[in-house]
Amino acid sequence: MNAIEKQLQLQPNRRMSYFLTLLILGLLFIWSLSTLHVDSISNNGTKIAKNIVVGLLQPDWTLLFNATTGGIPYLLIETMAIAFLGTIVGAFLAIPLAFLSASNIVPKPIAFVVRLLLIVIRTIPAIVYGLMFIRVTGQGPFAGVLTMSLTSIGMLSKLYVDVIEDLDKSVLESMEALGCTLMEKIRFGIWPQLTALFLSIVIYRFDMNLRDATVLGLVGAGGIGAPLIFAMNAYKWSEVGAILIGLIFLILIVEYVSNRMRTKLVKG
Amino acid sequence: MQWKLLLPKKMVLPNGKEVLAKRSVIPLLWLILFVLTLLSIRITGFSLEVLRDRIDQFFVIIQQMVPPNWGYVAKLWQPLFDTIKMSLLGSVVGAICALPIAMLAAANITKNKWIAMWSKFMLSLLRTLPTLIIALIATFIFGLGTMAGTIAIFLFTIAYVGKLLYEQIENVDLRGFEAMQAMGLPTIQAFRYAILPQILPNYISTSLFCFEGNVRYASILGYVGAGGIGLLLNESIGWRSYANVGMILLMLVCTVFIIESTSEYFRKRLM
Repeated sequence: MNAIEKQLQLQPNRRMSYFLTLLILGLLFIWSLSTLHVDSISNNGTKIAKNIVVGLLQPDWTLLFNATTGGIPYLLIETMAIAFLGTIVGAFLAIPLAFLSASNIVPKPIAFVVRLLLIVIRTIPAIVYGLMFIRVTGQGPFAGVLTMSLTSIGMLSKLYVDVIEDLDKSVLESMEALGCTLMEKIRFGIWPQLTALFLSIVIYRFDMNLRDATVLGLVGAGGIGAPLIFAMNAYKWSEVGAILIGLIFLILIVEYVSNRMRTKLVKG
Repeated sequence: MQWKLLLPKKMVLPNGKEVLAKRSVIPLLWLILFVLTLLSIRITGFSLEVLRDRIDQFFVIIQQMVPPNWGYVAKLWQPLFDTIKMSLLGSVVGAICALPIAMLAAANITKNKWIAMWSKFMLSLLRTLPTLIIALIATFIFGLGTMAGTIAIFLFTIAYVGKLLYEQIENVDLRGFEAMQAMGLPTIQAFRYAILPQILPNYISTSLFCFEGNVRYASILGYVGAGGIGLLLNESIGWRSYANVGMILLMLVCTVFIIESTSEYFRKRLM
């Protein structure tokens, strides 16, 4: 037996665990197959699919370049404003929650309770928040802003916590040895470590909020979602095409810019 | 470019020499941020007074939810399992389909520039479409029900896992791959033995993470008629039976918590 064979036999035998994992996955897979029912494909499905493609190829150009408040440019700006303001409010609200759920800063039980609270906040669908806030503000983009900020909190604080738990503590120790006060430690020891990464997270969330803002239209909380869904339910595919093209264009630009900004922030 | 617009500050050193110090752009950035915030406030009609005076309305619905309607549970199991099934099937099939697409999109595996660029473009195009809109379109084509939801989740998973995966493949150590190709293995086999082992833990972890998110997404897809617990949510909200809404939300939170904890445990083991 040469050295290579010996090394090969030293490798733990994982065949059993691989087999079990695959078996469980396979069973779950078969269990979930029941969601597919091909027979329910509506007869005019192919016709509608063709209409959608045609609508996307021949969008309603007058709507796309309509400069009034009903036109797509204004709706896109409104959607961006909702996402922007929602992200900013959420970003500030998430900071205290993140510190309260970081297990290296507060005692474990408190961190656990705050984490549970964050999961609850994250799980409740945006639509439910939208309905609650419409009671507060009435229909319109203001309700959208509040909804966006509440839904952002969950993910933002989860990502903040990862950054906070990775803080380099040796810097703080050396500052303490130099005789710095608490405020100085926060300002020059913690703040510089956090800002770049926090900003990068916030920009990422803005990107996501812009996509999610379309959902708000369903409950009447402003943005481009409502016109899009109305146009779809009315089978006006050229309008749908125009709105989708505007939306895709905006999201691609914002994604490009935010990627550039984030690489610059993280790499310095 | 923007640095040149700001005049550098002149500083005189103690030995009489003059040096130019670059001005910080931070105040300028703050100014831009401030202006954008003001603009957004004007466009959206944000007002703190309204918020202060009427915030108690926010808790009205929560109060009505609070003793959730326990009798409603029996009707919830089936849609809840539908939601989980939809996200499971969509995530598994989507994650499997994402692998070949990511291979095509990775510039270091696919030497043909056009194919790589085209695949990347398709992936980002797919990602820009909101899941809810895809689900709505799918309900037009596949009819109301879980099928449409599964398709929407499937497409979203391809876009999400595909993007993270091709970025990973592009950063992978290529020496083993090249050695195998030099030995005469076809690309697919070389990929299987040299690159797949490197990306596998991250691939599974990304897919699990995507599945977690998909459960959450799947719960609202019913709102557009794409099956799952969202249908009942929509119905209960329509009838203003907030005790039922409370029960649905409670079940959702519990399910998401269990799935998240399980998948987090496996993801930690993978890393």
